[in-house]
Amino acid sequence: MALTELQEDNKRSTVDSTSVLLRELVSHLGQNRTQLREEWVRRITQAQLLTAMTKEEIFAEATSVYDSYVEALETRTLEALQAYAQNLSERIIPRGVETHEVVGIVLLLRDVLARSLFSKYHTDASLHNRVLDAYEPAANAIAITVAVGFVRERERIIREQQEAIRELSTPVLQVRERLLILPIIGLIDPHRARQLTEQLLRGIRANRAKVVVIDITGVAAMDANVANHLVLTVESARLLGARVIVTGLSPEIAQTLVNIGVDLGKMNTVGDLQGGIEEAERLLGYKVVPNLLEPVPAA
Amino acid sequence: MEVPILKQGAYLIATIQSALTDADIVHLRDALVEQVGRYRALGVIIDVTSLDVMDSFATGTLQDVAHMVRLRGAETVIVGIQPDVAFAMVHMGLTLEGVTTSLDLEEGLAYLSRSSKASRSR
Repeated sequence: MALTELQEDNKRSTVDSTSVLLRELVSHLGQNRTQLREEWVRRITQAQLLTAMTKEEIFAEATSVYDSYVEALETRTLEALQAYAQNLSERIIPRGVETHEVVGIVLLLRDVLARSLFSKYHTDASLHNRVLDAYEPAANAIAITVAVGFVRERERIIREQQEAIRELSTPVLQVRERLLILPIIGLIDPHRARQLTEQLLRGIRANRAKVVVIDITGVAAMDANVANHLVLTVESARLLGARVIVTGLSPEIAQTLVNIGVDLGKMNTVGDLQGGIEEAERLLGYKVVPNLLEPVPAA
Repeated sequence: MEVPILKQGAYLIATIQSALTDADIVHLRDALVEQVGRYRALGVIIDVTSLDVMDSFATGTLQDVAHMVRLRGAETVIVGIQPDVAFAMVHMGLTLEGVTTSLDLEEGLAYLSRSSKASRSR
């Protein structure tokens, strides 16, 4: 027999013995399901993990994790477990379960099972070694799958929330017929600037606005790029037939705008929001008159 | 494709229905400028609502129309520029300097009737 054939043969027998060992492992875990599961839950409680959940919930969750775990070992595929991990994450993230807890409980299960394997095979060191050789890579893959599933779900939630915050942070408000106000607060990065422009232009169309007041009192500074973008937004609004009044420019922003050489003929700026609204009302032909004959009754 | 020019009272309305070639736009320019005199129109409205691209030639020619119409004694309003188109144009530096723009046809007509009343009362 040639050397390579011998190696091939060897490899095949390793693969065979791995699956044989895993099958044996699975039946062992199936037989000792109740006991191992209880041991695991005891260790979870002892380590003070999953404190956000009641004991019954932990036990119920532990049961299904245990079963999916054994199933993953048995079928040697991670898809079902992946789906379960995602489902689990969706349920427990809103309850404030932390990453270290999820990773912790999966590693605890790994320890509990490894220990039970030790007590079963400790009389035969070489068989024990082979059992661990089969068990460990599978167990590690499972632990990684669950942890990654949890982190991925978390990241998805964070992304969703970021998107929601961005939208909340740029409201387009109608204060009078055909008059919109766009108060901007906080830092403007290029992404937010783009989104702002989009919302403003859509808002102009949707509300048939003639005048828009962009108030940037709450923006401390902006870089030349964003300032340029602001100028482009004002120009675009004009093409839609709306006039833009920018109010509340800080000294820093004024400096930036002068540095980029903005054409002041195109930018209508007013000191503060009140002045901006008054100017807008004037442009729209409104005249606000105090009602002196009927004073506001005292509260 | 030729752009139909409708006469509505003292105004001429040209509604662009689909993407135009450069030759079509030049043709539209000549027709509008000629008809302003023939019908003694006070205003011209060019409706670009259905255009999803405005390139530099189209923008430049529409700007020329506005200036030529002004010299012939009438006013031009360009209406219906889409938000995305507006931002793209401004990005390319096509800001339709000195040309009046309005949200849509209705707004454009309202603007013209206001401004022609104002000029008549002067």
